[in-house]
Amino acid sequence: MKTGALLAGAPMLMQSAPSKSIKVGLVGCGGRGTGAAAQALKADDYSELTAVADIYQERIDDSLGRLRRAAKDKVKVEPNKMFVGLDAYQKLIDSGVDVVLLATPPGFRPEHLRAAIQANKHVFCEKPIAVDAPGVRHVLETVKMAKEKNLSLVAGFCWRYSNFIQAAFDQLQKGAIGDIVSYYGTYYTSPVKPMPPESTRPAGISDVEWQVRNWYNFVHLSGDGLVEQAIHTADKIAWAFQDKPPVSCVAVGGRQIPNGIGNIYDHFEVNYLYPNNVRAFLGCRQIEGCYNENADYILGTKGALTIGRGPLPRIEGQTTWTFEGPKNDMYQHEHDVLFAAIRKGEPVNDGDRMATSTLLGIMGRMAAYTGQMVTWEQALNSQERLFPEKLDWKGSFAVSPIAQPGITKLG
Amino acid sequence: MRSCVLAILTASALLAAVDFNTQIRPVLVRECLGCHNADKATGGVAVHSRDAITRGRAVTPGKPEASLLYLLLELKPGQPKAMPPGKQLPQAERDAIKTWITEGAPWPEGVTLSAGGSGKKDEKATVEQLHARIAKQASERTQADMKPYKATIPHAGVSFDMVPIPGGEFTMGTPDSEAGRKKDEGPQRKVRIDPFWMGKFEVAWDEYRLFMFANMAKEDVNKDEVVDAISRPTRPYVEMSFGMGINGYPAISMTQHAANKYAEWLSAKTGHFYRLPTEAEWEHACRAGTTTPYSFGADASQLGEYAWFSGNTDGKYGLVGKKKPNPWGLHDMHGNVMEWTLDQYDPKGYVGLSNDNPQNVATQPYPHAVRGGSWMDAAAQLRCGSRVASDPSWKQQDPQLPKSIWYHTDAQGLGFRLVRPLKVPSAEQMQKYWNNGVHDEP
Repeated sequence: MKTGALLAGAPMLMQSAPSKSIKVGLVGCGGRGTGAAAQALKADDYSELTAVADIYQERIDDSLGRLRRAAKDKVKVEPNKMFVGLDAYQKLIDSGVDVVLLATPPGFRPEHLRAAIQANKHVFCEKPIAVDAPGVRHVLETVKMAKEKNLSLVAGFCWRYSNFIQAAFDQLQKGAIGDIVSYYGTYYTSPVKPMPPESTRPAGISDVEWQVRNWYNFVHLSGDGLVEQAIHTADKIAWAFQDKPPVSCVAVGGRQIPNGIGNIYDHFEVNYLYPNNVRAFLGCRQIEGCYNENADYILGTKGALTIGRGPLPRIEGQTTWTFEGPKNDMYQHEHDVLFAAIRKGEPVNDGDRMATSTLLGIMGRMAAYTGQMVTWEQALNSQERLFPEKLDWKGSFAVSPIAQPGITKLG
Repeated sequence: MRSCVLAILTASALLAAVDFNTQIRPVLVRECLGCHNADKATGGVAVHSRDAITRGRAVTPGKPEASLLYLLLELKPGQPKAMPPGKQLPQAERDAIKTWITEGAPWPEGVTLSAGGSGKKDEKATVEQLHARIAKQASERTQADMKPYKATIPHAGVSFDMVPIPGGEFTMGTPDSEAGRKKDEGPQRKVRIDPFWMGKFEVAWDEYRLFMFANMAKEDVNKDEVVDAISRPTRPYVEMSFGMGINGYPAISMTQHAANKYAEWLSAKTGHFYRLPTEAEWEHACRAGTTTPYSFGADASQLGEYAWFSGNTDGKYGLVGKKKPNPWGLHDMHGNVMEWTLDQYDPKGYVGLSNDNPQNVATQPYPHAVRGGSWMDAAAQLRCGSRVASDPSWKQQDPQLPKSIWYHTDAQGLGFRLVRPLKVPSAEQMQKYWNNGVHDEP
């Protein structure tokens, strides 16, 4: 089905469509990037990995070692197509690939996405797509360019590609619980990648390198836990409200457990106001030893949809429903959709909704950091730029102090 | 440029007087990795990867005289900074390291060092210490000495119950005539089993979370070097009970490797030897001297009194120990969570296995045999002889590569219980039970 046979008979394909093989380049060779590459290589009979980029050669070596074990014949990366450094992404894009997988820390994403689309590449882009509003606006322009160029852009908001979550939201859109009255989403987990003590910092590495190595702990690189992790919950909220923006939000948040020189919070609770006084609440926490939960409670006028209390979503109320059948591999499905779209020449583009979902998280963070009510327009037009114009790998970058509500100003 | 550098590296690796895997790696793992690893880089030095070892001051490829690894090994014990602490490595090992650094410190692509999967201390040394602890404490000598007991996990106030399972002969496998039988459940044969204790209940989150989170087990204030050397699960990104409940509910979604490491950890905490059951031990204990499809008979309509299964659960597992036990006092052998065994699963059944304490020793990451059926399964899958094969799809919610060695996030009906054999095995055997050797899948 997804072989070159289809392609051979296909008429005029878009300019960037490959003749037979689809050449894939991976930017960011960590665990997620390597996983995404493995999925890309499985998604099409003739996909092959031809270039990789990272800030460390060793990570490239680790990643390629893994990928060769998973898909030996499809890993065709010549040594001169292994690019190292902060500018490696551009060299990879220029190396003759058809598809670019973007899996670096999110701060870099807007710039990487722009470069890929400018060069007529199809893209798989991990979530979130930016850490600040200028980044989101930049991405929105890029998304428009991708549409004009008929390029495919699939985003790593993975629940959109999960068959059982899709089925639940289909029920929601069909009105199985009536009109939504409220949405309560939780993302209470253990800490992700806490900041190691300064005593473990290797001699001779720059501030920037030390920060990028521990990127999760810095808001300019990760966007904070709400934007980097709990963004999956923000994405489901956006989905439930048909990707239409909220009116405004207020939020509380802070940090209880010290985390070295990192400047991110360890908990947030955001209250979004949607039209008609409908509310959505998002709580997230990353503190060890606490009650953990990752669930969604969606109340409607005719019933309730619950996700994450038990392995399957369910509806109770005037009608009852639960998902039946096997769950799919949503991560694989993302790539199956992307590569099928490329083969057919029928582009998919998740761009607008991935920007909306990301901004939903950023807006909550802005409200929590400042203690102010933030409207959608304020968030969308915010001039606060967290990720710098230029990062010097050998240089230093002054990390902003951890935000203080009431003192930190809305940018 | 790069290809040229690579070519030189490759050539030097081929012609090298020193072989990384046999001469360098074991020394790094044995002597350095415990304090200089990915999680803990004492003095800013780590040796688990080429990136780490060349990034700091440990190794400057080509220059042993500018490499701390070489310089500090040459210091006499007792001199400041001499490594390893308290001893000096044999001349041959020091020479090999010097030559290896001179040759450019070649390191095989994609290799990251870890000690027996722990990334901490040498697993063999840990198991030997642990074996000594266990051998000293074992008091029961014969089956007649074996009594049911309750043990408490130190400093945590959490206890668990063990009941004796008599040794002897039983018929493993199901008869062709049994309704719902599948081909992998035979051939039926007589199997001899040595006596052991088995967990009265499935391992619950109450116990398992102490293993997941050292601070919950109060290990930060009650240091034990053997316990500390055992590798523990990485912190999960998601909430692992999926909202089905924690206190009194069975732990789920762990890999066989994780269950093995739990057994090692519990052994270190309590001083008794615990491990997963073999498939034969599990079936012997489940049948409890009976020969019917279920340990209470053949009438599946009674199953609800004995088991949590699809017929009486509503989208989640049940509390352990709330259903009737089998004749030997074991609860939930049928249903609730399906349970890990040690064995590799062979779809052809038990052909070619010994009749005396058989075990199909694992040589591949998949499949392993899982028994008893779960809260999601229909009655037929809960029969004593029914088998399930572990599958890579049980990790499909893990988007990373390598995938976690600790979690089967998609197996929400998967758990385990442990056994304690009467006869304490050798340290070497213990190490094999606790390290399946195949946890690092492709």
